[in-house]
Amino acid sequence: MAALSKANILKSNNLTGWLLAAPLALVLALFLILPICLIVVVSFWQATEFSIIPAFSFENYEFLFGSSVTYTVFLNTFKYAAITWAITLVIGFTIAYYLAFHIRSQTWQTVFFLLCTVPFWTSNIIRMISWIPFLGRNGIANSALLSWGVIDEPLEWLLFSDFAVILAFVHLYTLFMVVPIFNTMMRIDRSLLEAANDAGATGFQTLTNVIIPLCKPGIMIGSIFVLTLVMGDFITVRLMSGSQSANVGRLISNDIALLQYPSASATAVILLITVLLMISALLRLVDIRKEL
Amino acid sequence: MSKIRYSRRSLLKTGAAAFAASTLPAPMIWAQEIKDITLRQFGTGVSNLNEVATKVKEDLGFTLEMTALDSDSVTQRAATQPDSFDIADIEYWICKKVWPTGNLQAMDTSKIKNYDKIVGIFRDGKLTPESTIAQGTAPHSVGFTSGPGGKDFVAEESGWMTLIPTIYNADTLGIRPDLIGRPIESWAELLNPEFKGKASILDISSIGIMDMAMVCEAMGEISYADKGNMTKEEIDKTIGIFTEAKKAGQFRAFWKSFDESVNLMASGEVVIQSMWSPAITAVKSRGIPCVYQPLKEGYRSWGGGIGLSANLSGMALDAAYEYINWYLSGWVGGFLMRQGYYSAVPETSKEFMSADEWGYWFEGKAAAGDITNPFGDKLAGAGDTRDGGSFYDRMGAVACWNAVMDENQYMVRKWNEFIAA
Repeated sequence: MAALSKANILKSNNLTGWLLAAPLALVLALFLILPICLIVVVSFWQATEFSIIPAFSFENYEFLFGSSVTYTVFLNTFKYAAITWAITLVIGFTIAYYLAFHIRSQTWQTVFFLLCTVPFWTSNIIRMISWIPFLGRNGIANSALLSWGVIDEPLEWLLFSDFAVILAFVHLYTLFMVVPIFNTMMRIDRSLLEAANDAGATGFQTLTNVIIPLCKPGIMIGSIFVLTLVMGDFITVRLMSGSQSANVGRLISNDIALLQYPSASATAVILLITVLLMISALLRLVDIRKEL
Repeated sequence: MSKIRYSRRSLLKTGAAAFAASTLPAPMIWAQEIKDITLRQFGTGVSNLNEVATKVKEDLGFTLEMTALDSDSVTQRAATQPDSFDIADIEYWICKKVWPTGNLQAMDTSKIKNYDKIVGIFRDGKLTPESTIAQGTAPHSVGFTSGPGGKDFVAEESGWMTLIPTIYNADTLGIRPDLIGRPIESWAELLNPEFKGKASILDISSIGIMDMAMVCEAMGEISYADKGNMTKEEIDKTIGIFTEAKKAGQFRAFWKSFDESVNLMASGEVVIQSMWSPAITAVKSRGIPCVYQPLKEGYRSWGGGIGLSANLSGMALDAAYEYINWYLSGWVGGFLMRQGYYSAVPETSKEFMSADEWGYWFEGKAAAGDITNPFGDKLAGAGDTRDGGSFYDRMGAVACWNAVMDENQYMVRKWNEFIAA
């Protein structure tokens, strides 16, 4: 009797399910949930120049919401995120479309896809820094334009500007858009395209009525990647703007450098909430789980 | 540890002459035991050089472990983790923050052999008897405490030092003379619209605000009671002037690390900026003209020194004093001075430098031959003179010392606004 019930318990779907999920749950709890909880806790603490003092005070949040800098900086962060998102979406979609529908042979598709990943063989920061000599006042871009006679004076806004920041973001993150979109495009049933064609749809109509709706999950996943990466970045903004612009990440990193961990945590919590809200709004638009 | 105590005690017990105990056997025992001693030193990168540790092992026999950190981490560590170090190599303004915590111990100047030869800046504050004392955290003002165990600062030479001065210099603006093409004489030139989009300032709030203050004062916009300890209004006004300039596009970029400042200058992105002495050298060594421009309002100066952890005692403390005496005896001074810094006891360093090097670095004379740094890189050729001239010309024209303000936290917040503006 006892042996039977034991076997039953082991067989019960409920328990095996829990057991199977346990390792992942444990890892996530330890390395994701716990640190975030700590950040939230610390955000209510107080700091002097040398030490952080456990407390329950809203001081950090009061300062954060009371300062006009916070709003400017958040606005700036949204601006970077929105512009980068729009550009990477257009470029990413175009590349994925070309790879998926114009390259017929699977070998070439793989070859071109790998080509897209080549820049990822070097570090993020090196790819970013390599723009600096290129875009500088006496850099390659300016000297080329000067020698072609396109401009008479070096363009100052090429480097250490919002332009440079967004250029670097687009360069760094377009692939995150290409991959998921390409993935969904490859799973579109080709007979649907033929059907659209047979029904008399133009290429553009097929694109807007068939391909784009079917690519939604891919677009959404790519958007989540790009938005979260841009919202959380601090080093790109610092290097490419020559420290002249700020986003939320830089606020946090400045605070950390000055040992103001509680205030850094408070900013991080607000940033986390903002990003979560953005993602949940995006997920409302498309049910990724159903579409995958 | 135990050996030396035991032998001393037994010597005394057997009634041996105190003379014998203190002079003859002690050095022998010292030599045996000292090899086991390890002193842990940490500090900012400037003087935390492996060459020093190697030389200590060679000359003194004990081991010196070096850790280099940025000045924020140094401050935090000195203030919060007294057990993690034996010797703290910190700047004087950091000392102002750290000393009151009691983590460092006062040093008995009677044990410092070259104490009398230490430059006046670190003793009564005066380089020469006629000098006036600059604003900011002047080293002598935080250099002495009331006695062993003291947590305060006293104005006079009390015989108990907080830090033994090791390294210091006078900072100013760096310029590209080839791209500017006219003499630069004032800090106010940093905000001159002529250099629109070609100026830079460092994005390290505690030092940047001082450079800003030098500029605002030179422009005649603000006159400070003490640039090293501004009021909130003064901070607002200073940052206000620079925010306006930033919005008008005066700055090409701000720099945070040494390398960034070198690259900005070398690439010609920037022609005038706040800069540190070795960065100028780095630009010059690429064959690009760069001048550490002396300005009529004077220099912004900084100084560092070594402090002893409150936990040091016994033999390790003796070793630390030995180290300090060695530090001031000339070799390190020569090593640092040949990189463009100054030593606290210049006359002992002289013996470790060639006559030409001494003339170039200290006396401001034209070099007779090539001047190289300790690592063998050529810094100047025959006929070149040091920017700013002699030691007394440069250190005599200090307008302000690096400092920490009472309104530091307010200033930092304002600084963040400036960067975000």
